Amino acid sequence: MIFVFSLFLLSLLIIVAIAIVQAKNLFVSVMLLSIFSLLMATNFFILDAADVALTEAAVGAGITTVIFLSALALTAQRERKVVGGRNIALIAVAVLASLIIYATFEKPRLGDPNAPVHQHVAPWYLEKTPEYIDIPNIVTAVLSSYRGYDTLGEVFVVFTACIGVLFILGAKPASLRGERNAERAGLRHHLIPQVVGRLLVPFIVLFGLYVQFHGEYGPGGGFQAGAIIATGVILYALLEGEAAALRAIPRSVLLGLVVGGALLFGGVGVVCMLMGGAFLDYSVLQSDPVWGQQLGIVIIEAGVGMAVCGALLSIFHAFAAREIAQ
Amino acid sequence: MKLLELLGYYNYWVFAIALVIGLYAVISKTNLIKKLIGLSIFQSAVFLMYITMDKVEGGTAPIIKAGVEDQIYSNPLPQVLILTAIVVGVSTLALGLAIVVRVNERYGTIEESEILESD
Repeated sequence: MIFVFSLFLLSLLIIVAIAIVQAKNLFVSVMLLSIFSLLMATNFFILDAADVALTEAAVGAGITTVIFLSALALTAQRERKVVGGRNIALIAVAVLASLIIYATFEKPRLGDPNAPVHQHVAPWYLEKTPEYIDIPNIVTAVLSSYRGYDTLGEVFVVFTACIGVLFILGAKPASLRGERNAERAGLRHHLIPQVVGRLLVPFIVLFGLYVQFHGEYGPGGGFQAGAIIATGVILYALLEGEAAALRAIPRSVLLGLVVGGALLFGGVGVVCMLMGGAFLDYSVLQSDPVWGQQLGIVIIEAGVGMAVCGALLSIFHAFAAREIAQ
Repeated sequence: MKLLELLGYYNYWVFAIALVIGLYAVISKTNLIKKLIGLSIFQSAVFLMYITMDKVEGGTAPIIKAGVEDQIYSNPLPQVLILTAIVVGVSTLALGLAIVVRVNERYGTIEESEILESD
């Protein structure tokens, strides 16, 4: 049954992808992209990747759409008609598709337990995590402890991208300097979104906090929590207007979250070194290595959550502020 | 080859087709936002390939249940890689969109052909 459902979802994915590319109205494309992400999240869930599904649903369907819409509001709604070059592109991608499909026949079948990918370090992670770290969610364990360097790098990429967006959009447009209409109405005059949205915001933020602090035991963790909390605040900003959201969480706090989160992560690594271990080796944080690992994971997950939430909200506000300035 | 075995590859075929749909948008569209949308589809397709590889037959999400023996778990490693990649993906996408917004302010258009003409 789940097999048929999966086939249906995957076919739908292709249809939606074609519709996204075909649509001439960019607004339609962006909304379809949101549906594409939701379908993708469902597929991830069927493929046993609960953590990834949660992330894709929060980030892909939620935040990506809002950022795209903010960019659309600043640029053009419709796409011009393309002249020429279409056939060459079609032939090129058709050849590429057939090559990739030809190559897939060499790949292990879906779900094959003897596939090479399941032979390397993955069995070791599954077997040894209860002994070394003793938290149920292995994805969180791998993310924050075994592959902590990797995650630190990713947090710094998010940090850098956020700084980049702030630099690019931070400069005021030359023609409209100083003229700012700070009180934007948001959806204040639309009764139904207002009522429903107001009810939802606290629960979204609460769920985000749950995902943050329950990430060691169930699907979740800093990345998901940061994205979900950011979604809640963005919903608030859409309902009450940009200025109200900035009154609730000022820009300085957001920047503090981004910088603080990244520093917290790196700081834990340095503390580990000062206490005699390797960088990001949490075992030395407590007398019991297992407790040390758990303490380290909780702290760095908090750092990741802060950095991601702060970065996504800063990016959103950067786009929204530009909109007001125009 | 049996039908069911062929269907076992279906995920990879969807990956291949979604990948080239994204690529098609990137190379054939001149609208910069449309290009970024294509890039998002391309990226999602790669995510799908990684997550397809993590599945183990009869397995479940890699969250250990206390007291349950002989449970098969899917591979956690591809999930970790993709989880972080999704969040990094949205940040880099935002950077791209920020550049598009500035391009629009400078040239008054986001169509690549018109930008090239005016230069």
